[in-house]
Amino acid sequence: MALLDVKNLGISFGGLRAVNAVDLSIEQGELYGLIGPNGAGKTTIFNLLTGVYKPDEGIVKLDGTDITGKRTIDINKAGIARTFQNIRLFKDMPVLDNVKAGLHNKHHYTTIEGIFRLPRYHRVEKEMNEKAMELLEVFGLEKEADYLASNLPYGKQRKLEIARALATEPKLILLDEPAAGMNPNETKELMETIQFVREKFNMTILLIEHDMKLVSGICEKLTVLNFGEVLAQGNTSDVLNNPEVITAYLGE
Amino acid sequence: MKKINKQTKSNIITYGIVVVAFIIVQLLLSTGNLSSLMEGLLVPLCVYVILALSLNLVVGILGELSLGHAGFMCVGAFSSAFFSKCMEEIITVSAVRFILALILGAVAAGVFGILIGIPVLRLRGDYLAIVTLAFGEIIKNLVNVLYIGKDAAGFHFSTKDSISLNLQPEGEVIVNGPQGITGTPQDSTFLIGVILIIITLFVILNMVNSRDGRAIMAIRDNRIAAESVGINITKYKLMAFSVSAALAGAAGVLYAHNLSTLTALPKNFGYNMSIMILVFVVLGGIGNMRGSIIAAVILTLLPELLRGLSDYRMLIYAIVLILMMLFNWAPKSLEWREKHSLKRLIKKKKTAKEA
Amino acid sequence: MSFLSYLINGISLGSVYAIIALGYTMVYGIAKMLNFAHGDVIMVGGYVVLISSTSLGCPPLLGVLIAVIFCTVLGVVIERVAYRPLRNASSSLAVLITAIGVSYLLQNLALLIFGANTKSFHSVVTVPAITLADGKMTISGETIVTILSCIVIMVVLTLFINRTKAGQAMLAVSEDKGAAQLMGINVNRTIGLTFAIGSGLAAIAGVLLCSAYPSLNPYTGSMPGIKAFVAAVFGGIGSIPGAMIGGILLGVIEILGKAYISSQLADAIVFAVLIIVLLVKPTGILGKKIQEKV
Repeated sequence: MALLDVKNLGISFGGLRAVNAVDLSIEQGELYGLIGPNGAGKTTIFNLLTGVYKPDEGIVKLDGTDITGKRTIDINKAGIARTFQNIRLFKDMPVLDNVKAGLHNKHHYTTIEGIFRLPRYHRVEKEMNEKAMELLEVFGLEKEADYLASNLPYGKQRKLEIARALATEPKLILLDEPAAGMNPNETKELMETIQFVREKFNMTILLIEHDMKLVSGICEKLTVLNFGEVLAQGNTSDVLNNPEVITAYLGE
Repeated sequence: MKKINKQTKSNIITYGIVVVAFIIVQLLLSTGNLSSLMEGLLVPLCVYVILALSLNLVVGILGELSLGHAGFMCVGAFSSAFFSKCMEEIITVSAVRFILALILGAVAAGVFGILIGIPVLRLRGDYLAIVTLAFGEIIKNLVNVLYIGKDAAGFHFSTKDSISLNLQPEGEVIVNGPQGITGTPQDSTFLIGVILIIITLFVILNMVNSRDGRAIMAIRDNRIAAESVGINITKYKLMAFSVSAALAGAAGVLYAHNLSTLTALPKNFGYNMSIMILVFVVLGGIGNMRGSIIAAVILTLLPELLRGLSDYRMLIYAIVLILMMLFNWAPKSLEWREKHSLKRLIKKKKTAKEA
Repeated sequence: MSFLSYLINGISLGSVYAIIALGYTMVYGIAKMLNFAHGDVIMVGGYVVLISSTSLGCPPLLGVLIAVIFCTVLGVVIERVAYRPLRNASSSLAVLITAIGVSYLLQNLALLIFGANTKSFHSVVTVPAITLADGKMTISGETIVTILSCIVIMVVLTLFINRTKAGQAMLAVSEDKGAAQLMGINVNRTIGLTFAIGSGLAAIAGVLLCSAYPSLNPYTGSMPGIKAFVAAVFGGIGSIPGAMIGGILLGVIEILGKAYISSQLADAIVFAVLIIVLLVKPTGILGKKIQEKV
């Protein structure tokens, strides 16, 4: 059984059919790419999967559970985390606290325990600090733990977003153009990090990307979208050699 | 770990400032160096500080603009004054009565915070501001038409006048519409005020530096991202809003038990009051608790210190306020300050020497 | 019959709110700020008319003209000195607090110059009252003038915005300041013009308000200012027809509430209606729905 199983997904805005009849099936542990020209509906699919928009049609199943149309926070609890195309960090909070906010639902103590600094507060906070530092180390951000998130350079902000998403211990992580705005070196480094994350956390990853090198380098499967519909789907090499894809996406 | 130490240090300084200020005032009082006018200002000063701190929780930490803070103070003031007046003969130990009144006032205001917060917190920005202002005004207006009396048969309510309460001859009007509540036991002291400030600080600072505080600030910084990591927006917005309301209610309790007559006037519970508290918060630094305390104290004392200038004092207050805002916030002014800051000048000298 | 006269009184009061709300809504639309001092400009307008007619002995209409000019200049000066430096401040609260400072400043200046006592105001309206239905109902001259002024202002303002270059520039700036600047629009001047118009309207509102309710003190403008702000939000802040509808509805609700429910609770009723409207339609009656892009 696939980890993520999407059938016949669709949504309209006004008269515009932004996403239509999209099927998507991602196996546990896969690194899956979603590509397509601007306005093809990639980010809209992410928004549908994470409950930012409610689909007009279709079913989304995660690990066998129906999560169609659920609220964003419930979908996150069910196991989907994401990053954003236009970075959305908690910019006036320290880097460490950004990750700790991601740990919110995995580490509990009550408001009273927090205000009165009861033993569990200290114990859980210590756990959270350790866990968060561990994640920051994966992304080489441990030295910047005290910085405000908005003071990080662009590339590190993207990494922090991934770290924050991973902190929620998802089954599936959605990365929306993680390499956008990075130079080739940074992109290469990011590719390695994504590979590493996948192996270390045994993570399933769905990513939107424009950078063909990144996509063909690390994704084993691809879905190509065009005008909100699936143009081609399958193994990366097959899809990239598909003449229709070459015409529509890469241009002749 | 370094960060936590820095945070704790900053908090200790804040508590320290309050305690030192208290000691200085006590010394001045015992040596008779404080004018009776200033002495009368001590409890109101504590009230304003608590109000500013609690509003800063909503404005600075949650990042929402509320213009109805005085309404919650009003709820706390009237509910607790009502309680104390009814219990004056039943609970004779004033400390016990005051603590009960305090809890009641804070809880009542907190409940109002939840009731108002549920519908209102869906709105954003300036819309939220105007609706909170509206709620504040409604609370003030409702209190002004409320008549409650007590006699052998129990409590009587009316929204018309004290005569329609139909009290028996020995009955007593407790809440008398626009005349409010008269004869509340005056239990508030400066010491109690300072203790309440410390409790308020304790609640807010500890909450901010906890899991809840992080969730609230995450919502402030980016609502959509906060949702995406599973933070319940409604729950935490409500939490910040109702805790803030409860603390404002506590300030109201302090306020009510400092006066012999409690009335709901535009001056003390209207939007003007809410706005004045907002001025403290913004001038002291949004999200900066220590700043709120200092701004509340200075801006409350300023008109009194300027009393010698009699008629001109409020004018000067207004001008100072505008100038301070321009100095602190205008991008041009900040640029100029950056260029001429002491640190930079010192650095310049140093580098010049080294060269 | 009494219902009808209440209704007309309500429309009249609402027309004053609408004129004030227009100023609020235009300034909000273009500068994205709540100008808390707007209500106090009304009060200034009232005092200027009072002085020019009593101390200087001007005819009423000349007095009104002087008030409009005075307030227009005042509005522009306030914007230039107190608001413009904060336009790009990191928090939008900065300019809000400054506006509150300006409000205190105007109130206390008036207090110093004119004293705290309420001055009686002689109506500037010379139009005679109309008697209808065999004397059962009279409509005062003030009411007629107020409603007519409101209609004229609304029409002129709409034409100004839709038909003139300056009006189009206002629309462009309120839509997108940066893009407007790139199109060669002088943003500073356009915002200044908006304040000028808003303040001029406030002066007119002040005169009408003081003619209908003939008393004046330094705080006269405060509550109508807040009510007009409510009216602007009610109709959908930033929308000119919205301010009009919001203002008139508010006036009618207030007068009818006073007449039929409770005079002490009239304000509470007005605010309660606002809350209900916003809960049903979070951006007001004619407000645009804003969808955040993810």
